[in-house]
Amino acid sequence: MSKKIQSDLIPNEMNQTEAAPEETSLQAIAAEEMLQKNSGKSPYTVKKSMGMGTIRVIAYLVLTALSVLCLIWFYLLFINATRSHSQITTGVSFVPGDQLLNNLKKLQNSTLDFFRGTLNSAIIAFSSAILNVYFSMMTAYAIHAYRFKGRKAVHVFILAIMMIPTQVTSLGFYRLVVDTLKMKDSFIPLIVPSIAAPVTYFYIVQYMKSNLPMSLIEAARIDGCFEVSILNRIVLPLMKPALAVQLIFAFVASWNNYYMPAMILSSSKKRTLPILIYTLRAATEKDKDLGFQYVAMALSVLPVIVVYIFFAKNIVGGVSVGGVKE
Amino acid sequence: MNETVKKHSKLGKDKWGYIFLIPFFVVFLVFSFYPLIQTIYFSFFDHYFSQTDFDYVNKFVGLKNYKALFSAGTARLFFNTMILWVMGFIPQILFSLLLASWFANNRLRIRAAGFFKAVIYLPNLIMAIAFGMMFFTMFSRGGPVHQIFESFGMSKDYDLFFHIAPTRSLIAFINFIMWFGNTTILLMAGIMGINESLFEAAEVDGASQFQVFRKITLPILKPILVYVLITSLIGGIQMYDVPEVVTKGSGMPMNKDIFSTNVPAAETVIMRLAQYISKSKNYGSAGALSVMLLFITGILSFVVYKFMAKDED
Repeated sequence: MSKKIQSDLIPNEMNQTEAAPEETSLQAIAAEEMLQKNSGKSPYTVKKSMGMGTIRVIAYLVLTALSVLCLIWFYLLFINATRSHSQITTGVSFVPGDQLLNNLKKLQNSTLDFFRGTLNSAIIAFSSAILNVYFSMMTAYAIHAYRFKGRKAVHVFILAIMMIPTQVTSLGFYRLVVDTLKMKDSFIPLIVPSIAAPVTYFYIVQYMKSNLPMSLIEAARIDGCFEVSILNRIVLPLMKPALAVQLIFAFVASWNNYYMPAMILSSSKKRTLPILIYTLRAATEKDKDLGFQYVAMALSVLPVIVVYIFFAKNIVGGVSVGGVKE
Repeated sequence: MNETVKKHSKLGKDKWGYIFLIPFFVVFLVFSFYPLIQTIYFSFFDHYFSQTDFDYVNKFVGLKNYKALFSAGTARLFFNTMILWVMGFIPQILFSLLLASWFANNRLRIRAAGFFKAVIYLPNLIMAIAFGMMFFTMFSRGGPVHQIFESFGMSKDYDLFFHIAPTRSLIAFINFIMWFGNTTILLMAGIMGINESLFEAAEVDGASQFQVFRKITLPILKPILVYVLITSLIGGIQMYDVPEVVTKGSGMPMNKDIFSTNVPAAETVIMRLAQYISKSKNYGSAGALSVMLLFITGILSFVVYKFMAKDED
């Protein structure tokens, strides 16, 4: 039985692999032992399974179906953003309409100031992303490049607080901002806390381990560089790939954030996009305009999609590096 | 490395380590630690509007707020949150395992793998409030998906959001769409780390694809699976944006079941917390609930930490 499977696989193997795998008998034995240990029975009693070709067909079908399931909503969203309320309610369409400008005009004239909201969101997201990344780099550099007392403890401490959800401290945070600092309706309490970002710190400190040799910093010191300028002129350029990815993640996280901004920003001029989108949900059946709603939602997801189209590869790479402990 | 650093760095350089840590710790102390202490402090008080003082007052009540947490209502909130999470997580982990094992399979050689990965990760970056609102608009009466359902015989007047199972399923579905790409990428990184020769040896021995997956991939992947499970669970406990926008903050529809509590079927723990803080100003209950959440996430994080540490031995 196993011979048959092997002979099925061999042509495949030859077609697919450029270099013939260097199979040592030791490895084969190790794998065999592992199979036997885990199953308690010989691997040779295997029933014949699906061929690689069948699996490949299934894989492409499932991948295509899931991709459609991920994208169809955005497609419908952008199509409906170009149609009027009455067109949308009459039926589904997969071709764009001609009402995009009309919908945008409604957006401009609405009491919900979406353009102002976009600006507010952009200000908060940009500032907090830059603070987040720069100071996380500084924190990571402190741990990576210096040997001071309590260094390990600080590292472990930052990792420990990484998992604490922000909501757990939100009552105290709300009271601090609103009652103590009198900063209700201010952007500052939504920007400044980004300086302490354990997740970004973790990613950058990992990146430094493999990409920032101490010899380089030593050389800079011998050249008489000041510690702060070593950080800004030597470390920062070297960290660019990691910083760029984290900048995008921090921007997106802030851009999408609803929980804290909704508690702190109350006046209509200060609202961010997620808060405005949420108010659409409250529209009554009578004064609901779907064309307006779709164009507003499209506006709030479009910037992220555009950024993603350009940097998808780096972002996806960043997920796999940052998410898994080395 | 450690030795050379010590030898080369002049005395006093290392004080810069402390200086560079200042911004992080100042911000952490002001915006996280102090709020945490405040939160714990408020959990021992009742915060209410006094008619005689015409203002809010705090009255020390000891453990009363904590005792109140052990009620059917709180259990219901946690039950709601967990059921929404489980309904999304099961398809999420199954599809992610499947996709990750395909992407990482050298013999399968998926073409355009980069494209597929980019597409399935996209929903994770989308504003959850907008994504939830999008689904609400499309599944509510008059929406495109509702219209498609109508062509299969659903009544034009049927409102999914008046019924428990459809509302919960939709919220879980949104979470699934938003997170399976992320999980796939994490698991893939884990599978890529497995020594290729193990797969080759198993194949030479005639193991089927399924056997390779079950006997080699899964056991080696266990630490990452645990990591994914628990981080997802911690994320699940924080579920807020999607059910908040889908149910307009109400958590409706109402439950009519054995719990006989007046907690709606899609109201999550954090939805209640937000309501306590910014709407009802019930700081005492908010504080106690926060401390409970801190406790739960703390234990879960500790499990991850222990598990990962054990794995490294």
